[in-house]
Parts: sequence; C-alpha cells; structure tokens
Amino acid sequence: MNYKYKKITVLTGHYGCGKTNLAINLALDMEQYGKVSVVDMDIVNPYFRAADFKDKFPESNIEIICPPYANTNLDIPVLDLDIERIAKESDFVVIDVGGDDAGAYALGRYRSVFEKYAGETEIIYVFSMYRGPKITAEETAEIMYEIENACKIKCTALVNNSNLGAETDYRTVEESEEFSCKVSELTDLPRIFRCVPADIKENGNNDFPVRRLVRLPWE
Amino acid sequence: MEKVLMKGNEALGEAAMRAGCKCFFGYPITPQTELSAYLAKHMAKRGGAFLQAESEIAAVNMVLGASSCGVRAMTSSSSPGISLKSEGISYIAGSDLPCVIVNVQRGGPGLGGIQPSQSDYWQATKALGHGDFQLLVYAPASVQETVDMTFKAFDEADRYRMPAMILSDGLLGQMMEPVMFPDIVPDIPEKPWACCGHKNKREHNIINSLYLKPDELENSVLERYKRYDAVKRECTDAEAYLCDDAEIVITAYGASARVAKSAVNAAREKGIKAGLFRPKTLYPYPVNEINEACQSAKTVLSVEMSMGQMVDDVKLALNCRIPVEFFGRTGGIIPTPSEVLEKIESLNERSR
Repeated sequence: MNYKYKKITVLTGHYGCGKTNLAINLALDMEQYGKVSVVDMDIVNPYFRAADFKDKFPESNIEIICPPYANTNLDIPVLDLDIERIAKESDFVVIDVGGDDAGAYALGRYRSVFEKYAGETEIIYVFSMYRGPKITAEETAEIMYEIENACKIKCTALVNNSNLGAETDYRTVEESEEFSCKVSELTDLPRIFRCVPADIKENGNNDFPVRRLVRLPWE
Repeated sequence: MEKVLMKGNEALGEAAMRAGCKCFFGYPITPQTELSAYLAKHMAKRGGAFLQAESEIAAVNMVLGASSCGVRAMTSSSSPGISLKSEGISYIAGSDLPCVIVNVQRGGPGLGGIQPSQSDYWQATKALGHGDFQLLVYAPASVQETVDMTFKAFDEADRYRMPAMILSDGLLGQMMEPVMFPDIVPDIPEKPWACCGHKNKREHNIINSLYLKPDELENSVLERYKRYDAVKRECTDAEAYLCDDAEIVITAYGASARVAKSAVNAAREKGIKAGLFRPKTLYPYPVNEINEACQSAKTVLSVEMSMGQMVDDVKLALNCRIPVEFFGRTGGIIPTPSEVLEKIESLNERSR
C-alpha cells in the first residue's frame, strides 16, 4: 500500500461499516513503525467494540484505550479520554469513533487537538456499499455530512470498506469500485486506500489487506 | 435479490416494513434500540407510522388499538420492557388480535444488564401476562432467519388471530451477518372483524376482552384453545443437525444454538456421536420433531443462556424417557463452544 500513516487516524462512518475491525487491522500494521494506541470512542454500541480487544495483544506494541464503562452493564456514555496526552505518549493513535452522527458528537470535543496536529491527522470517512438495502452513493455522502455536522470537523479522506462480513471476496470489493468512485466525486475527497480481504494475493498499490478480527462467539 | 450486511435488529425492522407492518410503537431500551431507530428513520418515508410512546405500557396499548383497526402492527423491547408490556399483551390475546412483539433478551431479573440472555423463555412461552393464553414464539438463530421469521410471524398472527413474538437476544440483535430480503408483496388476509368503519353496511364490530358472564368467558377461552390445537398441529418448526446416529443430542435455540453447533462439530471431530436439535418455534414446541431427532439418543443436553428454562419443555416433550441434562450461563455471559464441548465429553465418558 502506498499510503503513509499520519500520527493520528480518526475513523468515522456509518455504524456497522467495519470501523472497529479496520482500526485493529491498522494498529497491527502500524505497530511495525512504533507504539500504537487504539482509542475506543464508541458511545453508541453496547457490544462488538474495540474494547473487546483490550487484552488480545499482550506481546505487541499496541495499547487499547477504552471509556471507563465500556463492556459493563452501565449503559452510560462517559468519555474521560485525554487524546493529547495519548498522542504525546504514542507514535500512532487510531481513534475508533461510534457510528453515524450520533457517534460523531463525542468526537467534536477533541477538535482543538486535531487542529493542533492538523498536518499529522487524517479524518477518515469509512463506508460500505453493502451496509443496507439499495444504499446510494448520495446517501453515503449524506451520512458523511451528518457526521461532519455533528462533530464540526471535516473529513479529509475516504476508505472503501465495502464488505459482506465472512462472505467478502475479491468480487465483493471489485463490484463496489464504481460506487466508491462516485462517493469520492460527490464528496471531493481522495480515496487513500481500499480494504480487501487479507487472503487475496493480487493486492494493488491502493489495497489494504484486512483480516476479519471482530468475530462471533462461536467462530 | 441483493445481499447486504446488517445488524439483526435493523434487518428485523426492514423485514417488518416489507411484511406490511404499518404501525410501530416502541420505547427505547438496550440492546433493542437499533430496531426502533431504523424504523424511526425509514417508516414514515415508506407509508407507515412510527411513534415513540411515552412508555412501554402506552406502546403496547397503541398496538392493541392499531391491530383493532385491522392493520399490521408491531412493538419491540428488551426484557424489562417486555415485562411492562405484559398486561397489554394479555389484553391483545384476550381480544383475539394479531400483532408482532419483539423481545431482544438481555440479562435479568430486574434491570439486570445489557448483555445477551435467554432467561425470558418461561415468560414468552408460559406466562406473558395473566390468564389462559399463548403467543406464537419464534426463535431465530441468524440474521437471515430473523428476517424470514418476521414475515412468518405477521402471517401466522393474522391467520390464527393471536399475538406472535420474535424471541431474539442481544447477540442476534447486535451482530452483523449477510442477509437477503425476499421481494414479496405481503398477502394480508381480509379482516372482517376489524373496527375500521361499518359505513352503515354491516353490524358494528366490537374488540373487547371483558366478559360479563363467566360462561361466555369460558366459551371464548375454549374457542381460543381450539385455535391453539390447530397451531400445535400446523406451526411447529425445528432443525435437526447430525441427529440421525447421535447418542448425545444437544437442544438449544437462538444464539446458544450457534454455540452448540460449533461444539457438536468439534465433538464429531473427536469421534463423539453428537447432534443438535434446534427448535425454531418455542410455542408451539416441536414435540414430534424432537422425539424423532432423539431416536438414537442416550442423553440429551439442553444448552441455554439461562439457569435452565427450555429444559423443562425438553423433558415434557420427551416424556422423561431419556435423561435430560442442562448446561447454561446466565447474567449476560455467553457459553463458549469449548465449555459446551467439555460438557459433551464428560457426558460421553459417563455413558461409556
């Protein structure tokens, strides 16, 4: 992949488009260049979140930082994260934001940090064309505007993570290419890379191999 | 048909609209909320009515009203919210009204927790409110089945004029799987009993659950139980997996059936003759199907995310002719395939 990581990577997007899985995959790749902190900033989802990976990489250079009540029975969206301190203490920070505009409200609080690190921050809008019946590129762009409006932060790049979970193959990705192109035209944002299943050999320069790490209890 | 990736809760909402559900009344609660959120976003655009009621009790009584008018109506909640709805559900059953009620179960009792559970089995199948009555209870085990059963629940509820429940759980509601929606036009039957205006052309209809004379009430209940007899003959559904030669048959429904299936596969790899019997309807319970599946069984093991509730129906259905064991986790803990496998192995040891 040609894309060079910035210090801070923020993942926003429609909930369920695969942000958490991408966040952990990015962290596992970034780790070869230094210490990575993955921040679970999801105040929407009760399950299937970055906090699930807290003790999964004991030998690694990855730290998972979660809100105090993540994965407890306390259904309270509390965030006590000091992003600036986390940024100072690590080489890379990946922020996994909750889905949709509802999840993005929490991000707005850290706008000044992203402004301070402007040149070193990528605000990514992640999308998947398979996220619901008959989703159009226009609707996908619209969700991005809703997110931007909620957090008052502009996205700077796109990532096409069009997938069908365990049933994703190369065709799944290829068939989303036209859709992805259209989202890029509508939003006037670059597609910095696209996600492809990790077991595919023929990776292009723009392809980021993604393993399915968010799993169900019986898998 | 296009394939999409959706959460169980959202897919259920999409399926309900496609099944002709015109009215949804609900009140938010984790882990069910995506269902109402999805309908809030889409229902009005597609010619339906979505309303967030002031409480669960209000929501279920709105369903009673909408159904009285002959439209397909639905409400959804998670465990504590379903308890609140129980009075209204009894009234709906007593008024012979069809509707769909969704329970995305979480840990209990009380406020309990927000993690998945199956501890509302007794509530759903035995006592969802006061009085002699039953609901049709569907137990999906995947996002696709959640969709398919939603269509079925609306159809069968109309056919037998009784409430139907989709008994989901937090895991099935929150997890994402590829799913397809059948492009069918819902076949909604005529409802000559509905209170939708007589236009001076017929007698007015009355929807009511109050009977002033005990013999009239008894007759209405007896008539309803004749329909329950038909339901028991016509509506049972189940999956038997590797049961033909199975010496140990696991019984499990919903998410725990997925865990159990993994454990059965692992047991087979170790040479243990294990199988899975998965009821898809919990009321009516698939009595004939389970007896057929357990023909070569020496032991039956009920795996649940509860302290053991369906296990009672397993014993009843098998007439206690085979020893029935239980394994479960509760309070929001999901049993792991390896825990279940361990239990299968110890049962296998014992029967040697």
